[in-house]
Amino acid sequence: MTILTADLVPSSRRFDRRWSIPVVLVAWWLVWRFGFGTHNLPNGGPTFIQDWFLRIRNAADAGRDSSPLFIYFFNPIAKTTGSVISSMMSLTTNLGWTGITGIASAISLWVAGWRHGLLTAVGFISFGVLGLEAESMQTLVQIIVAVFLSLLIGIPLGVWAGVSNGFSRVVTPVLDIMQILPTFAYLPLITLFFLIGPASGTIATMIYAIPPAIRLTAAGIREVSTATVEASESLGATKWQRLTDVQLPMAKRTIVLGVNQTMMAALSMITIAALIAAPGLGASVISALIKLDVGAAFNAGLAIVCMAIVFDRVTTAASVRTERASRAGGAASQRTRLLRYGAGIGLIALGVILPGINRSLATFPDRWVHGTRNPVNSVANWTQLHWYGATSWLTTTVTHWLIDPLQSLLSNTPWPVVVLGLALLAYFVGGLRPAIVTAGCLMGAILMGLWPSSMTTLASVLIGALFTMIIGIGFGVWLGRSRMADQLIRPILDAGQVMPPFVYLVPCLALFGATRFTGIVAALVYASPAVIKIVAEGIRSVPANTTESAISSGSNSWQTIVKVQLPMARGMLLVALNQGIIFVLAMVVVGGLVGAGGLGFDVVNGFAQSVFAGTGLAAGLAIVFLGIMLDRITQSAGRSRRTTD
Amino acid sequence: MNVEPEPAISVRGLWKVFGPHPERIVGSPEAELSRADLREQTGCTAAVRDVNFDVAPGEVFVVMGLSGSGKSTLVRCLTRLVEPTAGQITFEGEDIVAADQARLRELRRHRFSMVFQHFGLLPHRKVIDNVAYGLEVRGMNKADRHARAHEVVELVGLQGYEQAYPDQLSGGMQQRVGLARALAVDPDLLFFDEPFSALDPLIRRGMQDEVLRLHHEVKKTMIFITHDLSEALKLGDRILIMRDGAAVQLGRPDELVGAPADDYVADFTRDVPKSHVLTLRWIARPPVVGEPLDGPELPATTIIRDAIRDVMHATAPVKVMSNGQLLGLVDHEDVLRVIAGEPQPVSV
Amino acid sequence: MRRMASLRAAALLACTGVLLAACAGTSNTAASTPATSSSAKPCGTVNIADNPWVGYEADVAVVSYLLKTKLGCTVNISKIDEQVSWQGFGTGQVDVILENWGHADLVTKYITTQKVAQDFGSQGNQGIIGWYVPAWMATKYPDITNWQNLNKYSSLFVTSESGGKGQLLDGDPSYVTNDAALITGLKLNYKVVVGGSEAALIKSLQTATQQTKALLFYFYEPQWALANLKVARVTLPPYTAGCDANPKSMACDYPPYPLNKVVRVAWANSGSPAVNLVQNFKWTNDDQNKVAEMIANENMTDDQAAQKWVDANPTVWKAWFAGTGLTP
Ligand SMILES: Nc1ncnc2c1ncn2[C@@H]1O[C@H](COP(=O)(O)OP(=O)(O)OP(=O)(O)O)[C@@H](O)[C@H]1O
Ligand SMILES: [Mg+2]
Repeated sequence: MTILTADLVPSSRRFDRRWSIPVVLVAWWLVWRFGFGTHNLPNGGPTFIQDWFLRIRNAADAGRDSSPLFIYFFNPIAKTTGSVISSMMSLTTNLGWTGITGIASAISLWVAGWRHGLLTAVGFISFGVLGLEAESMQTLVQIIVAVFLSLLIGIPLGVWAGVSNGFSRVVTPVLDIMQILPTFAYLPLITLFFLIGPASGTIATMIYAIPPAIRLTAAGIREVSTATVEASESLGATKWQRLTDVQLPMAKRTIVLGVNQTMMAALSMITIAALIAAPGLGASVISALIKLDVGAAFNAGLAIVCMAIVFDRVTTAASVRTERASRAGGAASQRTRLLRYGAGIGLIALGVILPGINRSLATFPDRWVHGTRNPVNSVANWTQLHWYGATSWLTTTVTHWLIDPLQSLLSNTPWPVVVLGLALLAYFVGGLRPAIVTAGCLMGAILMGLWPSSMTTLASVLIGALFTMIIGIGFGVWLGRSRMADQLIRPILDAGQVMPPFVYLVPCLALFGATRFTGIVAALVYASPAVIKIVAEGIRSVPANTTESAISSGSNSWQTIVKVQLPMARGMLLVALNQGIIFVLAMVVVGGLVGAGGLGFDVVNGFAQSVFAGTGLAAGLAIVFLGIMLDRITQSAGRSRRTTD
Repeated sequence: MNVEPEPAISVRGLWKVFGPHPERIVGSPEAELSRADLREQTGCTAAVRDVNFDVAPGEVFVVMGLSGSGKSTLVRCLTRLVEPTAGQITFEGEDIVAADQARLRELRRHRFSMVFQHFGLLPHRKVIDNVAYGLEVRGMNKADRHARAHEVVELVGLQGYEQAYPDQLSGGMQQRVGLARALAVDPDLLFFDEPFSALDPLIRRGMQDEVLRLHHEVKKTMIFITHDLSEALKLGDRILIMRDGAAVQLGRPDELVGAPADDYVADFTRDVPKSHVLTLRWIARPPVVGEPLDGPELPATTIIRDAIRDVMHATAPVKVMSNGQLLGLVDHEDVLRVIAGEPQPVSV
Repeated sequence: MRRMASLRAAALLACTGVLLAACAGTSNTAASTPATSSSAKPCGTVNIADNPWVGYEADVAVVSYLLKTKLGCTVNISKIDEQVSWQGFGTGQVDVILENWGHADLVTKYITTQKVAQDFGSQGNQGIIGWYVPAWMATKYPDITNWQNLNKYSSLFVTSESGGKGQLLDGDPSYVTNDAALITGLKLNYKVVVGGSEAALIKSLQTATQQTKALLFYFYEPQWALANLKVARVTLPPYTAGCDANPKSMACDYPPYPLNKVVRVAWANSGSPAVNLVQNFKWTNDDQNKVAEMIANENMTDDQAAQKWVDANPTVWKAWFAGTGLTP
């Protein structure tokens, strides 16, 4: 009897899963066909939330001179941050480019070794070569301050979240909101609270940069082997001793990884911060954007990429070294360490003394400047002239065959059926919990009064995710199987990930016009690199002997990929899908700037017009709802697959 | 029987249930369900169910059972690394379940310590600092604790490795560090949770000998968990066998092998060469009429293996003596039957 | 190990020393302020908002150039959006908006209600909003510039976004627009598609010109991009007072928008000569287009462009110095 049920239950479940999803889709299609256009919700149905947001905003605006909250809390924060940043900026001008380059290289040398010291020197000199020395230094200062403050807040909170389940449960949704809510939606609010300028830019950056610090610190604390924690507990260590002797030292590597992620997140915010008068490379990108000067925007973007690569490589190497150093003890010999410290101090001294000897050495020599503006502009113009035929065909085709039908299915079916259908799909993919979350999130979008916009955006996001996965799997498999391809393509992927979207906005517009598809293309550029990397990682982590056994039993490359590598990398593919969706969603607002409409446009509109500030915030929250919904569905798909296997 | 000394640790009606609302299970009809049924119906796992035993001072008490039978949970309940759901634990007359956190810390710092299967060493600290860690959390100053740590490092045979980091040592040496760390605090009671199962057989045997030697030298009470019967038989004065959280049998090694309480225990002991565990008491039989009674005498506590030579060389059946009285006879046939693993005739 | 620690401390100390030395350098250079000009009253600091379109940047370029070089003011330029600029009046971080396009809601909030800002009069530019097509279309279909013929040509303007109707492309959401109401009022077979940014508009116009694609779009003057891109305006029924009263349906063209300056009340009362200059600042669409074009197309910095225009047009800007106590 037990054997019978044990055998029957999974197979009947398998039957369910295979047929239930198509059945739901067909039923949905039938409702769409016959109930077309009935029971639709207009944009702005229930607007009380939007009104409420607007009222809060106006109250803050009116009360900012009298309210003690402003006088004793927000204003001092803004003033202090502002003055710290401005004094650090004048410090960098006084140190000159040689001083800064010397200090940065020395720090890299100390924390990450010779090779990374050299990389840092090259990276910092490249700022000058691109002709953006001053702007780069302004950005650098703001990033340092934002990252420092983010870590100051994020690491202790992360420790707390790591040791307390209760706090972790409370903080996770907050972090989700902080990461998904588009900055555009609350940017005017931030300037209202923290004034215009670098202080607000820093705060806006921190909102986005703190979550990775918290998440990775908590993960690091939780990862510490229970055996070691138990051992210290069994010896009678107090909670504090356990934390300082065991958990923190053993989580160090993951925490440094959190520093890395925090830096990357901060860098990705610099163009947005430039919209509220934070000076630096972001401002260069924006000012090139309004002149439609692709080359100048790219040039500034390249400087950001250089900075990101230096930060990324140095912190990654530092994290590996912490691990090695803490385990093996004195790995490096006394002498090499001495040499490293000496060389670092020498570098700093040289860098600082040079401008002291001759003031003109403080500024980067003009004849070394070789910007990339003109060559990039000619490439962009040529491409636009010759590719337009093909790209406009692509736009029309994809819109007609994919975007329009899906959007119509989502917007023209009676809304209760859409909610039910999506919840059922979530149920069959991941189970009861994601189904409830899906229904809740969709009701949230309705409550925001932005149902049609939400459906437009959902359609674009789903199609964007589909394309991202196609590109991701195509390139990811290639990179995963070929070392050479990986080495060749990876720098481009790195650049694609940190290049500010505002840089490729204009080329996208040139090729695809002001359309929904342009929004998708921009999202592809942004989301594909991460997805490609994750897929490649998945392919590479398939054990070599499995692949070998497939090849030795006569499979050709295609069969090996389709029958062995992809199925075995399924877990990673789901992670890639999840990340792909989140990244595509992050570009919804940028889509709003290039004709994609939907929630992105609502957010942009709220940013531009104060009467729509409430709607903008509501649209931002609707994006959060969509994000949480898609995230939970894909994550649960990963989980339920794993448990049934 | 003479009056037993006060037990080092005494356990009564101990339960540990994992899952939602564990306290509702104990004492309810659900407590009678099998573990699988309980999980199906309530989502709870009864890791330890109604376990009772006493451990005498200086005894090596072994707990064994299959994977998942609740051994680790049991021993963690004893030190309250896991909170018991119900039951009493008395350590040297003190109620452990009632102890507050401060008292518990005090006990852990001075009275009992534990050796773990996966060592649980601090990878960022040198051997000497790992060994001294228990003293450090007590607040002992550096010189004193290093002096003490050096002693213990020597005791476990690790001299010369004080300045190494755990990653630079082999598994066996790492577990010696674990052992030294537990010994350094000079506890009354030592807990071992499968300390040697991650080691390969040769090193494992060496470590077992090490524990026996230490037990001989320092005379600590030890509670030792293993799923390896030969280890249990080798180390244990008494052995508790667990299945699905419940105690199945408690007894001396020869009692388990000679008189398994049920098929589960019998299954466990099937592959043990009985002649290595059982004493002559277990095979002595009443003399058959006309049998010669002039054979050599051997005490009843002699392990069969050790008696083989005498029995085989004797011309008449060996007389098994207990307290100067004849318990029964053992001849060639009887010994060979044991060695061949055939069922014995009814024992005395 | 101990030696390493002390070594690290030494390194840190050395760094701190270097930084301190550099700090000392800071205060030294900060002391040497730029020489003030012969102006009678001190000018102080002027905070000017720089909204993100090139024409506005041209206003800022010229005004701040004059403030710095002639009146010795310290000029802070904040690159911010319009809504945020107005907020700056409240926080005291923005003194001047040089080119304001309407924004009735913000006027009510900051001028009427909070009384932190005040209208500082016209700056001379006329915002000319309307519907345009690329010049090649006006040549090929001469009657297309009359709105009555738009329905005849609507099929030319169908795009992937317009749902089978003709597309009318709009730009940045913050710009004044009645387009949806106009389509209703004029009974046109068109649909408004919102590009979302000025970049989307200009790039679409560039493409339409380069690839001879049809495009009907909302646009405005003054506008630097029109120096290179030729367009033709579509005539709509003329504007009469009150014809745009119904926000749902209209049948008349946009009126010309006189663009004005807005300043912070406290700053306006500060007595700085900069206040007079800003009050007197007034130029034409042509002037602005010239400067904007230099900035956008000739890759000049703001100061270079301003200097070139200032050198060429002394009569225009000299008038702005009335009341500053300085006759340049
Ligand atoms: N923290 C926990 N939460 C839920 N269930 C647990 C927990 N710890 C243990 N269990 C369950 O309790 C049962 C007994 O586990 P325990 O670890 O005590 O077994 P064990 O006898 O030590 O096994 P092994 O030999 O594998 O170490 C198992 O079914 C296990 O799944
Ligand atoms: Mg265990």
